[in-house]
Amino acid sequence: MATEHAPNASEYIVHHLTFLTNHKQVGLVDWSVLHLDTLFFSIGLGLLTVFIMARLAARATSGVPGRFQAAVEIIVEMVSDQAKSIVHSPESRQFVAPLALTVFVWIFLMNAMDLLPVDLLPLIGNAIGVHYLRVVPTADINATLGMSLGVLLLCLYYSVKIKGLGHWIHELFTAPFGAHPLLWPINFAMQMIEFVAKTVSHGMRLFGNMYAGELIFMLIALMGAAWAGTFGSGLLWVGGVIAGTLWAIFHILIITLQAFIFMMLTLVYVGQAHESH
Amino acid sequence: MNLNATLFAQLVVFFILAWFTMKFVWPPIMKALDERAKKIADGLSAADKAKSELALTEKKVVDELKKARESATELRAGAEKQGAQLIEEARQEAARIVTQARQAAEAEAGVAAQRAKEALREQVAVLAVAGAERILRKEINAQVHADLLANLKQELK
Repeated sequence: MATEHAPNASEYIVHHLTFLTNHKQVGLVDWSVLHLDTLFFSIGLGLLTVFIMARLAARATSGVPGRFQAAVEIIVEMVSDQAKSIVHSPESRQFVAPLALTVFVWIFLMNAMDLLPVDLLPLIGNAIGVHYLRVVPTADINATLGMSLGVLLLCLYYSVKIKGLGHWIHELFTAPFGAHPLLWPINFAMQMIEFVAKTVSHGMRLFGNMYAGELIFMLIALMGAAWAGTFGSGLLWVGGVIAGTLWAIFHILIITLQAFIFMMLTLVYVGQAHESH
Repeated sequence: MNLNATLFAQLVVFFILAWFTMKFVWPPIMKALDERAKKIADGLSAADKAKSELALTEKKVVDELKKARESATELRAGAEKQGAQLIEEARQEAARIVTQARQAAEAEAGVAAQRAKEALREQVAVLAVAGAERILRKEINAQVHADLLANLKQELK
């Protein structure tokens, strides 16, 4: 903790919600700022994801698989089946299916950072001189919007690649309402709204879930920290243990579900980019 | 809710990781999965083939057994028939030998009886002469009586 005295509840929460940055952010949007903690954990977990899977892939046997290989195969087959049913171009699938796999495993791991005790890594960080640390990269809107923006770029790329630039632009102005010139601006506006809504909701959904989950873990941690030797505070402490257990168990579902939803929406959006109106 | 350059960093990392997965993770795992699927399919068809082969072989074995049993029965029947024939032949041979022996014995007995009759006949003649000599106590013309006795001898035959 940066402060000398024990922090009060509001200070505790604010401290836990402060990113480790290269310099202080001014205003809502500041392109010179980097969240070092988000980048550290997201890149670290991303590398962990791909290297563990690559190591396994290199040793993958077509004979009897080990347990770990079987577990990875289950995920790979799940992703592969979903990709096959949603994206109908085998050529696009060569990139999109591995991308969906990466997204699923990576986001799952990033979400799973939420299950670590909320003060554990910040305490360790504090001990080695890192005074602000947020350990859940997906609770940072920059990370989730970054990924959903990536999906948007992918959609644009495949739209142009599959339909051709001319056809795609034609579609921007003629779908969904029709080819009448008076409808062009309306069509275009609808298309733009669709793209923005897709991308923002895609990123915000994951961010919102993880941010809320993290906040509740902090509140539960505050209940536990209320211990002061009195009966009332003792009850709060017991409540903190029970609530923390329940919320963590429930959160196992949430982190998996959110990772799955993000992956599925990625596939759906890319699949939509393949379809002509 | 601060937007900053982290967003673009994350965007780049996103594509790099996806590219890496596409290059080094996805293909080997998919290859292993496909190969295993093929192995299982091959194994299943091999099992089917083996099963039908087994059925065929079993049928063949049953046929062979049946054939063997039939030929054994045939052999036994033949042997029994031959045995019966041998016994029959032996019996006939024995009967023939016995008959022959009996005939021979009968013939021999006939000859012996004849001889005995001859000898007896000789002696009867001598006895009769002697008896007559004793009875008559007188000279008898041997010549005349010899014819008489010869006639008697002839009658005794």
